Amino acid sequence: MRPTNLLALLTLGSLAACSSGGSGAEQAAGGPIAVKATDTGCEVARTQVDAGTSVFAITNGGQKVTEFYVYAPGDRVMAEVENIAPGLSRNLHVELPAGTYETACKPGMTGKGIRGQLTVSGSAAPLTDDAALLAATDSYSRYVKSQTAALEEKTAEFVAAVKAGDVAKSKALFPVARTYWERIEPVAEIFGDLDPRTDGREEVTEEGLKFGGFHKIEQDLWQTGDISKSGPIADQLMADVKEVVTKANAEKLSPLQLANGAKALLDEVASGKITGEEDRYSHTDLWDFNANIDGSKAAIASLRPVLEERDPALVKTLDTEFANVDATLGKHRAGDGWKLHTDLSQADLKELTDAINALAEPISRVAAVVAKKA
Amino acid sequence: MITRRRALALGGVGAAGLAGAGAALISRGGSEAVTDAVAFTGPHQAGIVTPAQDRLHFVAFDVVTKDRERLVRTLREWTAAAARMTAGLDAGEIGAVDGMPEAPPDDTGEAIGLPASALTLTVGFGPTLFRDATGKDRFGIAGKLPAALEPLPRFTGDTLDEAISGGDIAIQACANDPQVAVHAIRNLARIGMGTVSVRWSQLGFGRTSSTATGQATPRNLFGFKDGTRNLKAEQEDLLREHLWVPDGDGPDWMTGGSYLVTRKIRMLIETWDRSSLAEQEAIVGRHKGTGAPLGAAGEFDEPDLTAVGADGTDLIPATAHVRLAHPDTNNGARMLRRGYNFVDGSDGLGRLDAGLFFIAFQRDPRTGFVPVQRSLAASDEMNEYVRHVSSGLFACPPGVTGGGWWGDRLFA
Repeated sequence: MRPTNLLALLTLGSLAACSSGGSGAEQAAGGPIAVKATDTGCEVARTQVDAGTSVFAITNGGQKVTEFYVYAPGDRVMAEVENIAPGLSRNLHVELPAGTYETACKPGMTGKGIRGQLTVSGSAAPLTDDAALLAATDSYSRYVKSQTAALEEKTAEFVAAVKAGDVAKSKALFPVARTYWERIEPVAEIFGDLDPRTDGREEVTEEGLKFGGFHKIEQDLWQTGDISKSGPIADQLMADVKEVVTKANAEKLSPLQLANGAKALLDEVASGKITGEEDRYSHTDLWDFNANIDGSKAAIASLRPVLEERDPALVKTLDTEFANVDATLGKHRAGDGWKLHTDLSQADLKELTDAINALAEPISRVAAVVAKKA
Repeated sequence: MITRRRALALGGVGAAGLAGAGAALISRGGSEAVTDAVAFTGPHQAGIVTPAQDRLHFVAFDVVTKDRERLVRTLREWTAAAARMTAGLDAGEIGAVDGMPEAPPDDTGEAIGLPASALTLTVGFGPTLFRDATGKDRFGIAGKLPAALEPLPRFTGDTLDEAISGGDIAIQACANDPQVAVHAIRNLARIGMGTVSVRWSQLGFGRTSSTATGQATPRNLFGFKDGTRNLKAEQEDLLREHLWVPDGDGPDWMTGGSYLVTRKIRMLIETWDRSSLAEQEAIVGRHKGTGAPLGAAGEFDEPDLTAVGADGTDLIPATAHVRLAHPDTNNGARMLRRGYNFVDGSDGLGRLDAGLFFIAFQRDPRTGFVPVQRSLAASDEMNEYVRHVSSGLFACPPGVTGGGWWGDRLFA
């Protein structure tokens, strides 16, 4: 069982968790904690720290791009730093209340990562119920910010490749950039036309509007292989993504929105990804599938302290079913990425559908648990 | 008549209270109005000798969990929901519209305002629930596998599609309102998510058998009366001999139960329709209008299998359906049939995708369905016009009593 003091303070307004680079290390008790990340290892210099702000200094000594995470139980992301290229160092600030955590490096940016224990000692007063909900939304805001930063960066790389006429590189970056998009799509959906402009499929383009965004470029890349005229669409995509990023970072989501977002992401999987409709030209649907699951998991993880207090059995069910989805989807990994949708058999798709159904039914009950007055 | 909304006012029915609710709301018997409720509890499951309702939604599930406790939990939840829905109530205790606005309703709502409509829900367990394809005991119940659940043999001419055959658990929903039957299966499938996965399902309209003497014999899509000589609810001696599993007839948990065979039989409607009346009647062995056996006057007259016509040949041909299916031809084999017509729209060639969803209950398929189907598969002239495309075999336990649940004796 999670100790009660873990309900305790998640840093309110701890944007520091997402900042990277340079200063601030001297403020942390005991100085920065060195993390040596390689393709096969994740050496964290200290595994016992005091409650309060810790700074991790991550150096990527491997060949693969890596990420570093600090997880609370249930894989609730307390802080993360993405996209650490080989040879680079990044600092991660995170405010941690007492409890047991896990650190993880993710060489290749996939999978559960190389995990290690982290014990934080000290004490903090338990949160009031409302404070727990506030902490949930703050936790999710941190997640959104980390994802939007990566989305902007990867979209910029994708757009640059398209404009340079580099078909192979564009194809490789397409599912990567989309991963960050798909993790937070329910947030993007709040902003009216921006979602369809960025991610709309051809048949849902409204009358009078032009088919654009990710999927138009996907069509050019895979159907004709001609991206010589895709530049303006790529520029528009970049502008739209920047707008989404700015708006998403400014948005304050309610706990109920988190709960509904977690479910909406599974609906996305059930209606768009399993059917192969989303990425009908590239067939990279499983990348989106996995990203939707990541996003759903992150929203639930943010709500976890509230859910554990109010409905521990539901949390247990969600843990089981998320693990089942991960295991079922995990069968279709291909290298650092995923098999194409067209490589899956009908039996594979049925198995995935069953796993999503088994998760989505209990997730659909989360909103009411969150909404219930304690 | 109890409607869902009114019944809710009477108070919820939980799993524990289902026997009481059944007694309070329902009377058993052959004379229910089409809208009334049929008792869910009793020594035998409802939906077998219950006067055949007009509509069917049949579903076969694969069990996707390896966890016995989870399967048992689902069976218990199903039982509670089935007790509620057959009583004309919502699937869940909160109901379709009385819950929190933020929560998905625990009933899907399409049966709001509809009466119980004689809904019956009948559960059966397939051979694959006991052992997997490699012979492994899946849930610690392999020792309770009845010998009578031995997989059906391949019959000559079978064109079975595995994807719509078999299954670990089957639920037959019959009702006099198609929406009520569909509502029941939809809600049970939803409750089972994560434990079971729908393998296949079948809608049927228009019963093709009568299971009570008060019911007129209906017609199948060949236009013929079907099930004239069916076992009927009132024939208690025959039911004991041919329908219900008696004590000592295999594992205890099946005592009072019955074995269910399903066959989806596609009819080649267009070619049948162009065959002459005389040919159709010779194939069936009955008159199309009255349903009387060839050479007889009344529907219920016993077919005379020895009668010879003016030309010196059998009046009922050697290849006629009625002769080949007759108990005298099959060592006295009898079944209780309660099949349904189906039309699944049209196939890609413009032909009606239609036929008979055959359902038969019996004490032992090895002496019931199997010899009869062997006889039909070998010689029935009707085979030119039918294709068996799906097959199912399930052990239906006795009825739920007291605080029991579906499969309680199997998983005890």
